[in-house]
Amino acid sequence: MRRLFLFALLGVAACATDQHPKTAGNKPAGPAEIVAIPADPYPSTYHPYPGVTTVIRGATVYDGAGRKFAPGMVRLENGKVAEVGASVAIPAGATVIEAAGKFVTPGIIDIHSHLGDYPSPGVQANSDGNEATRPNTADVWAEHSIWPQDPGFTRALSGGVTTFHILPGSANLFGGRGVTVKNVLGRTAQDMKFPGAKPSLKMACGENPKRVYGSRNISPQTRMGNIAVDRQAWSDAVIYKRKWDDYTRKAKAGTAKPVDAPKRELVNDTLMGVLNGDILVQNHCYRADEMANVIAMSKEFGYHVSAFHHAVESYKIADLLRKENICSAMWADWWGFKMESYDGIRENIALVHNAGACAIVHSDDPNGIQRLNQEAAKAIAAGRRAGIVIAPEVAFEWLSLNPAKGLGIDKQTGSLEPGKMADVVLWNGDPFSVYSRPVDVWIDGALMYDAADPNRRPRTDFELGQPGSGDVK
Amino acid sequence: MKAARIFAALLATAALPAIAAPVAFTGGTVMTGAGATIENATVVVDNGRIVAVGSGVAVPTGAQTIDATGKFVTPGLVVGMSDLGIDEVGGVREANDTRAAKSPFSASLDVVPALNGRETGIAVARAGGVTRAVVAPEASRDIFAGQGALIRLSSGPDILTRGKAFQLVELGENGAEAAGGSRTASFAAFRNALDEAREYAAHRGRETGNHENLYQRADTAALVAVVEGQQPLVVHVERASDILAVLALRTDFPKLHLILLGAREGWTIADRIAAAHVPVITSAIDDLPDAFETIASTKSNVGRLAAAGVLVGLGTSGGESTNQPRNVTQFAGNLVAQGRLPGGVGLTRDQAISVITRNPAEIFGMADTGVIAPGKRADLVVWDGDPLELQSAPVAVLIDGVAQPITSRQTELRDRYLHLQHDALPLAYRP
Repeated sequence: MRRLFLFALLGVAACATDQHPKTAGNKPAGPAEIVAIPADPYPSTYHPYPGVTTVIRGATVYDGAGRKFAPGMVRLENGKVAEVGASVAIPAGATVIEAAGKFVTPGIIDIHSHLGDYPSPGVQANSDGNEATRPNTADVWAEHSIWPQDPGFTRALSGGVTTFHILPGSANLFGGRGVTVKNVLGRTAQDMKFPGAKPSLKMACGENPKRVYGSRNISPQTRMGNIAVDRQAWSDAVIYKRKWDDYTRKAKAGTAKPVDAPKRELVNDTLMGVLNGDILVQNHCYRADEMANVIAMSKEFGYHVSAFHHAVESYKIADLLRKENICSAMWADWWGFKMESYDGIRENIALVHNAGACAIVHSDDPNGIQRLNQEAAKAIAAGRRAGIVIAPEVAFEWLSLNPAKGLGIDKQTGSLEPGKMADVVLWNGDPFSVYSRPVDVWIDGALMYDAADPNRRPRTDFELGQPGSGDVK
Repeated sequence: MKAARIFAALLATAALPAIAAPVAFTGGTVMTGAGATIENATVVVDNGRIVAVGSGVAVPTGAQTIDATGKFVTPGLVVGMSDLGIDEVGGVREANDTRAAKSPFSASLDVVPALNGRETGIAVARAGGVTRAVVAPEASRDIFAGQGALIRLSSGPDILTRGKAFQLVELGENGAEAAGGSRTASFAAFRNALDEAREYAAHRGRETGNHENLYQRADTAALVAVVEGQQPLVVHVERASDILAVLALRTDFPKLHLILLGAREGWTIADRIAAAHVPVITSAIDDLPDAFETIASTKSNVGRLAAAGVLVGLGTSGGESTNQPRNVTQFAGNLVAQGRLPGGVGLTRDQAISVITRNPAEIFGMADTGVIAPGKRADLVVWDGDPLELQSAPVAVLIDGVAQPITSRQTELRDRYLHLQHDALPLAYRP
């Protein structure tokens, strides 16, 4: 304990090869003490709440990985999906939910949210979503802005959202680190952090950076400025990484002392994390031509873009996005609110999907996050009218498995497959119908929302004692 | 897609303006907008008007028949608040006429000369079934935003149906900010402006001798119709206490023709709003306490207001993101969903159609549209499924009996990029 505290104070941790400083502290310090950047200095303190073995019977099941069972059954056990299919075993003592006419799906995952960082009420005092003071604020972490009392979390839950990714805003080229959270309210942001999920680096193309800084007569002022400032930053990060790699190599060989460790630069810590594959790039980018520039840049410096967000023009380069294995996180029909969204079309998601590229429905909005299933439904319909027929059970991947892939958590959640987290939604009808709403939401097998039970509908501190508190929203 | 195109092509030849022969839509499910759904109904249109509707209606001799079996027919959608026609691209200042932050004028601002019938958003909204809309400017420097208009979303440059249709004023948090920092200031500014308008009217627009007026002459002149109750006053307020303060203004300004905009906490005082006979234009989906004036927000607001007897229509905040005019069917559908949740209060499907057709039309004095009934304007939408459902879309849109295009810049972009294979020429050479 004392050792850990000391390391934290120094901003270093023993044992370079170990990515987990917690375990590092437990090891006896060897003679070759190696300074390393702690991999997880603000670790998750999330713990699943208790659940009971539950079998949902008679519902139509979309498993989120493209399969449908109608009717089907799902068993949740020990916080995990235990079995899914036309028929599953019902252990003695299991709670059985008769769900004929209802639908079961995985919990929805929103890869682009600002909940907690731009909470409700949207007063300046709580507006903590964008450190728009420099074009590169890769040093800031969205999780350090999260207000755990944002009522928006509860509204997203009632829309079936079990996991989401909180990103910093898009004024900067490098906005900072994003964090994946489970939609279980806690007293601290760390209580919500998805265990083991990689952080992201939020980047932005286009109008926002050039407008925000250009108007202050700071570079970037143009799109070419955007790329130039990006490239210089990556170039600096490459040097930073080289220094750390060199130091680590020497330290391991016993030829460098702790005092020889490079000075920590928090901006470059994040960028180096990307170059090392420990941090995923989530890139706000509307226009197809700019995405192509970013792809070329990522190759120049040796990183991979996990997903383009707000990718309203992905349909113009869906083939390229498939080839490069980059997801597109999209709205169903936002368009025209700014120049770079002018070419938005409702077929975008279906066209990206149809090209074999990874399609994700995202919200970027505390209202939209409550109805991501409805956005997907509009996209299915637009696709069908354009001759692209996508089965609903396949389209559900846009809401669960694909965002899980984009966040690197698809081994843990995102579909109803045995062994995965029991993040599950029971809908009172077809989730792609406007008339349907979630009636039950489980997270890690614990029933965290029940439309019929006021005691299973969370209220944040902010709403206590206020008009409408506890109301069905 | 193919079926829709054939249907549209049929209509293009069938429904012609004015003197053309009557057209009968047969076999469809008609949701009238007035609270009824009629199965297997016939709607007869002639000379730009609806002449008959019902399940036992005979098709007149000589009428062209369009088989709408398996389809739904509703009135054209009426959006109770929007920025259609004055906002091509929200974030491009040159292409956005919603705000005039640097203008010395306020109440006299009038959206009419800014209206652009060829705004691409109009075709997009029309393809979603919107045939009429209320267009309002946004307030910026002053509590008064200016005067809005009523438009039809017909193809071509002439979309105005009524200018100076209402005045819009901000008396909640926005108004407090614009007036100098608090609600005390916004209500003082409001009272002063209306007093100046009264004085102006009393002097029939001649010099009053009072050179200490705060408002520009043009603004004061514009407010005469408001204070005299000849022009509706749309008041944007959300908090329950603000709504009550607005209703109380009629003590001193008894002729005010009030329409509440927003009223997110209206459900907490629904009986008071109903008793005041003041209608409400609001959003269906806002359920977040996203401001201190919207703490009690819930998607049950519309249902509870309606249950109390308040006339409610849906409006959009404008723009092209979460709250688009073409998505009013989705929003209305969500109100039906709300009523199916334990503890939630929503609308029936027929009521949900009314809040996006008849009700906003009635609130803004467009009694000749928004309902499928004899004598009403033939503003009709034929849908390929339940009009409130997310996967349904119009296959035909008529305004004043004239079939409208349901293509847009967006459908052209779609068609160009349906296939990305290399052609002999770049994509820019495709249609």
